[in-house]
Amino acid sequence: MVLKIMTWKEAWFGNIRGDILAGIVVALALIPEAIAFSLIAGVDPMVGLYASFSIAVIISFVGGRPGMISAATGAMALAMVLLVKEHGLQYLFAATILTGVLQVLWGVLKIARFMKFIPRAVMMGFVNALAILIFSAQVQYIFGISGMTYVVVLASLAVIYLFPFITKAVPAPLVAILALTAVVLLFGIDVQNVGNLGTITQSLPTFLIPDVAFSFETLKIIFPTALAMSIIGLLESLLTASIIDDITETGSDKNKEARGQGIANIITGFFGGMAGCAMIGQSGINVRSGGRGRLSAFTSGVFLMCLIVFLGEWVVLIPMPVLAAIMVMVSIGTFDWSSFSYLKKAPRADALVMVVTVLIVVLTGDLSKGVLAGVILSAVFFTAKISKIEVKKKVFPDSLQNIYTIHGQLFFASVQDFTKEFDDVQIGSRIIIDFTEARIWDDSGAGAIDRLIAKLTQKQVDFELTGLDASSIRLLDSLSIPYAK
Amino acid sequence: MYKRILVAVDGSENSVRAAKHAAHIASLDPDTKVDVLYVLDYDRTRSDVIHNAGRDDLHTDRKKRLAPIEAIFEQYHTSYEFTIKHGDPGPVIITHANEHDFNLVIIGSRGLNTFQEMVLGSVSHKVAKRVTAPVLIVK
Repeated sequence: MVLKIMTWKEAWFGNIRGDILAGIVVALALIPEAIAFSLIAGVDPMVGLYASFSIAVIISFVGGRPGMISAATGAMALAMVLLVKEHGLQYLFAATILTGVLQVLWGVLKIARFMKFIPRAVMMGFVNALAILIFSAQVQYIFGISGMTYVVVLASLAVIYLFPFITKAVPAPLVAILALTAVVLLFGIDVQNVGNLGTITQSLPTFLIPDVAFSFETLKIIFPTALAMSIIGLLESLLTASIIDDITETGSDKNKEARGQGIANIITGFFGGMAGCAMIGQSGINVRSGGRGRLSAFTSGVFLMCLIVFLGEWVVLIPMPVLAAIMVMVSIGTFDWSSFSYLKKAPRADALVMVVTVLIVVLTGDLSKGVLAGVILSAVFFTAKISKIEVKKKVFPDSLQNIYTIHGQLFFASVQDFTKEFDDVQIGSRIIIDFTEARIWDDSGAGAIDRLIAKLTQKQVDFELTGLDASSIRLLDSLSIPYAK
Repeated sequence: MYKRILVAVDGSENSVRAAKHAAHIASLDPDTKVDVLYVLDYDRTRSDVIHNAGRDDLHTDRKKRLAPIEAIFEQYHTSYEFTIKHGDPGPVIITHANEHDFNLVIIGSRGLNTFQEMVLGSVSHKVAKRVTAPVLIVK
């Protein structure tokens, strides 16, 4: 089934009312996340807010998936923590630009076709590890501060999860922010707020050249982070694009999306923003609110910036426990809860791959390392599985003619001990070797057949090879192996 | 009397039972056609895409999920057609039911996710309230 890609006109003007309304809802939901992800990355909230504005607006023009929302994300924020801590903000801007350059490169090289090589268990591990990391980043704002902090967190969670009972027209996190900020101010409750951790500048972002030396040294510092971010960003973006494809039953250009993510990050780096990517959660909010086209992402970015410029002085008053509660909700929404039933049903190897992916991410704090480990581990498991050849023997006691059925793939990695399976063939007997469930893949596989035939001939065994498929026969023919007499 | 029947399913035990009732009623009249509507909400879609590499896997996975329901209609020799839609199950079922000319709408009383039901209210209740055709809720 091939899905149709929206035309330019459909994507911009096909759903004006729905897109604008959804864009506004998304902008409101973006603010707490952009601030929280900035704090995770260890930068001022403005870095995430500028990034969310710039990425959302730019991707609405150059992205490949209308209806998808991209902005500052947790996955990217987590990948930049160390760079920010050790080298500072200017290096983050440089790394953001380099991330974009790499993503444009991956897009030009058509990276989307390699997505299918990422096993599903690794994908599950990716989202689950992301959820765990987002949650653990909130621990410092929730636990061990004060009794009042717990109260505000619990009150926020209650509003977030219970308000949808009343109406779903207004996003519950926004209601939690408004209600609890008001309560905290009114009663002078002593809890941390956004202003204690950073500043909000009520101005538009301006063009800047990152203040770093243009040297090989700088490249050495930013490259590992940029490479990791370029891959993490595309992984989440292309996964999100597939989800939106399915929901909206329209197609998307994944390589264009990869290039678009790159362009958005390059420009964002020059405007003092941190690298970002598509957001699974926000894109869901967008389509559920009726957003389908490019206009919704554009609206969300522009409206977000308006809110900051006009309401910036209020944003610093948002209590941290409320923000942390919203991020707890985000992490619960990010976690793939059906993974638990998958762990019970899935083959042991796949389940192990998922667990290892999660563990490595949680231990290293780096999503790209977990994905890499998961991909390598499942490749190892796959090779081990595929290089197993089983020879089933059917022995008829009263007859001299026995049947050996080969199950599996005959190739360089699997044929080491192949002829040993035939050690017990009686001298002078007659056997049929059935290849219906097997295939010969390369010269090593054909060589194993050659060795087997030599062994059987030496034992004066009368043999017959049956069920070989055309490509296996071609391989044997090309090496002049006398498989048939 | 019931020429066109809509049955909403989600792969749960209850929806299989709902499908059985639909198939049985439809089998009484050879002209009756059953529309089987499977609605996937955002979370379901998200986990489906995460769990399946590519559109073909996705298609196979959902087909497998609906196989028990398909078997019921085959067993009763009724003519049926599957429709898969995305969105919030309640409103999607209601819109679909009211847009077409159904004589009967059948739905299971409880879906897969009890937590969602607690938060969002029962889908079958909403359907019973807002669908114009007669509604049969299967317990």
